Amino acid sequence: MDKFRMIFQFLQSNQESFMTGICGIMALASAQMYSAFDFNCPCLPRYNLAYGLGILLVPPFILFLLGFVLNNNVSMLAEEWRRPQGQRGKDRAVLRYMFCSMAQRAMIAPVVWVSVTLLDGKCITCAFCTSVPVETLGNASHPGLSQGEMKRVLARIPCKEIYDGQELITNEVAVRYLRCISQALGWCFVLLMTTLAFLVRSLRPCFTQAAFLKSRYWSHYIDIERKLFDETCAEHARSFAKVCIQQFFEGMSTDLAAAHCHSPRKAPADAGEAAEKLLGITDQGTMNTALKSWHRCKPPLHLHPPALPSGNGWAGEGQPPPRPPEPRRETAAYYSRV
Amino acid sequence: MMDRFRMIFQYFQSNSESVMNGICGLLALASVKMYTCFDFSCPCLPRYNMAYGLGIMFVPPVALFLCGLILNRQSLVMLEEWRRPQGCRKKDLAVIRYMCSSIMQRAMVAPLVWIVVTLLDGKCLICAFSGSVDPEKFVGFANASAVQVQQLLAKVPCKDDELMRNNTSRKAVSRYLRCWSQALGWSILLILIIAAFLAHWLRPCFNQAALLQARHWSNYIDIEQKIFEETCCEHSRLFAHKCILHFFESMRQEIKLHSFSLGREGEGAEGEEDLLRGITDQDQVNKLLKAWYYEKPALDVSQALKGHYHASAQSKDQRVDDSGAHIFLQNPNPKVSAPGRT
Repeated sequence: MDKFRMIFQFLQSNQESFMTGICGIMALASAQMYSAFDFNCPCLPRYNLAYGLGILLVPPFILFLLGFVLNNNVSMLAEEWRRPQGQRGKDRAVLRYMFCSMAQRAMIAPVVWVSVTLLDGKCITCAFCTSVPVETLGNASHPGLSQGEMKRVLARIPCKEIYDGQELITNEVAVRYLRCISQALGWCFVLLMTTLAFLVRSLRPCFTQAAFLKSRYWSHYIDIERKLFDETCAEHARSFAKVCIQQFFEGMSTDLAAAHCHSPRKAPADAGEAAEKLLGITDQGTMNTALKSWHRCKPPLHLHPPALPSGNGWAGEGQPPPRPPEPRRETAAYYSRV
Repeated sequence: MMDRFRMIFQYFQSNSESVMNGICGLLALASVKMYTCFDFSCPCLPRYNMAYGLGIMFVPPVALFLCGLILNRQSLVMLEEWRRPQGCRKKDLAVIRYMCSSIMQRAMVAPLVWIVVTLLDGKCLICAFSGSVDPEKFVGFANASAVQVQQLLAKVPCKDDELMRNNTSRKAVSRYLRCWSQALGWSILLILIIAAFLAHWLRPCFNQAALLQARHWSNYIDIEQKIFEETCCEHSRLFAHKCILHFFESMRQEIKLHSFSLGREGEGAEGEEDLLRGITDQDQVNKLLKAWYYEKPALDVSQALKGHYHASAQSKDQRVDDSGAHIFLQNPNPKVSAPGRT
């Protein structure tokens, strides 16, 4: 338990490096997804724009939502937001802090996707190839092409094999131009995002440090309290189950003893651990009855009190409960069969 | 407890510098990797070349510099130290200056690596300055009109262009620019290394005592913040533990009040009874879980501590870390005085 606590504290105290590692992994995953994706421009006038912009904008949105879904703390935030006030006031600053830190982590993968897409150039080339300035780059005066025809020809720029407009504008010139624009946009986007991140991170100590320390402490507290409560409930459930089952077996063996009208083979105190563990069930018939009873009628979720206060200190000894007075036991036994 | 603190303290002290150096090295490697992965494609158009070439040479270094500042934990520590109210502790500007300079030095490594690699590779400079070359020097361009010359020179970086494919003058211009680029790259590298060498060796000659002081206190501020965060974590864990135990206890009291059973006087029972905490029924468990959601207990464990200290003579609560509890568990509400042991 101590060792786990120490490791937990180490991770918490090094949370910066832990979170940086997670962000790095998400960024790499996003870049890997892009390179694995097989980009296939349709090379048709209106479809190009839709496809190119779709690939540029839809996966980042999905990645952003995925970042929230995969974050365990989202349910914690929702719970804290929706719970009734009770005896504990709700602090909006803590909720804001939790939401902001989750949103920041969820933004990493989409930003990386958009940057890699722009720096690669295929998306923008596909989306905007019909808007290439033919007057400056090629021969706009090439005869015999209406607007629609020209758009159809230009739309085939990303697909080199079927491009038939070399006289209008050479494929390499157009692709180089579009790629240059795309990469310039990409680097500007990267610079913008880095600047934003830098500002967000460095303005905080200048303005709101005390409030930040408070929000961070209480958001961490809420997280730990939830985990500890789950742990305590799990412990309680374990003990509950143990006592319930113990009481079931004892009830079983006493019932059967009463039914067979002989003294129960209760192990004497000095018979050793093994006899105690047998819980009074020592033959095949009894065991089969016990198993059948466990299936047919499970005991109620109601533990009997362990011992009546008898003034001579039974309660402090933690031994298996001695036999309480018979009438009460029988009442309980009948109850347990219902 | 003290042993644990000492171990953690040694770990932090030995690793703070090496963690920062490691991040700096990783960023430099990432910078080189990004450059090799990046598909440089010069537009080969008269005005766009210069913008593209210089853009690729200078915009990524700025982004890398900002990344270096963001990823470095010490920059936050330095900003906090700079902006904090004076309080009972004076601010030493020398320490802040020292921290600032060490952060800047580490953040500058990745951008400089990018610039040097770009220059040594040559593609950027060829793209940016192919239009500014003097056409008289090269045979193929000497006898063409000005506009045509500009167009042709702009196409020099593109080897596969149909006009330029087998043009020997293109190769001449390309070689010429590349030579300049690499000379510039190596000179910058040499100057940087000499500067770093001098700075490293001449520093002990100037004000060594002040430097040692500044370094010690900057290290101290860093460690103090880490230990404060760690202490807060531990405190919140103990606080939560106490709060939950108090909640279970108050549930048990409430159940006792409402039920008429005579049992459950065995407060001191060990083992399973203790773990059950008086909750032995499906309804009671449901009630407890509902109360946890609908009425979370107040963030106030002073009652729990009072009860604990009174009962501590009789019963033992094995799970509470007694040695730590009384130092940390004071009432967070300053209006109510804490009953803790001093």
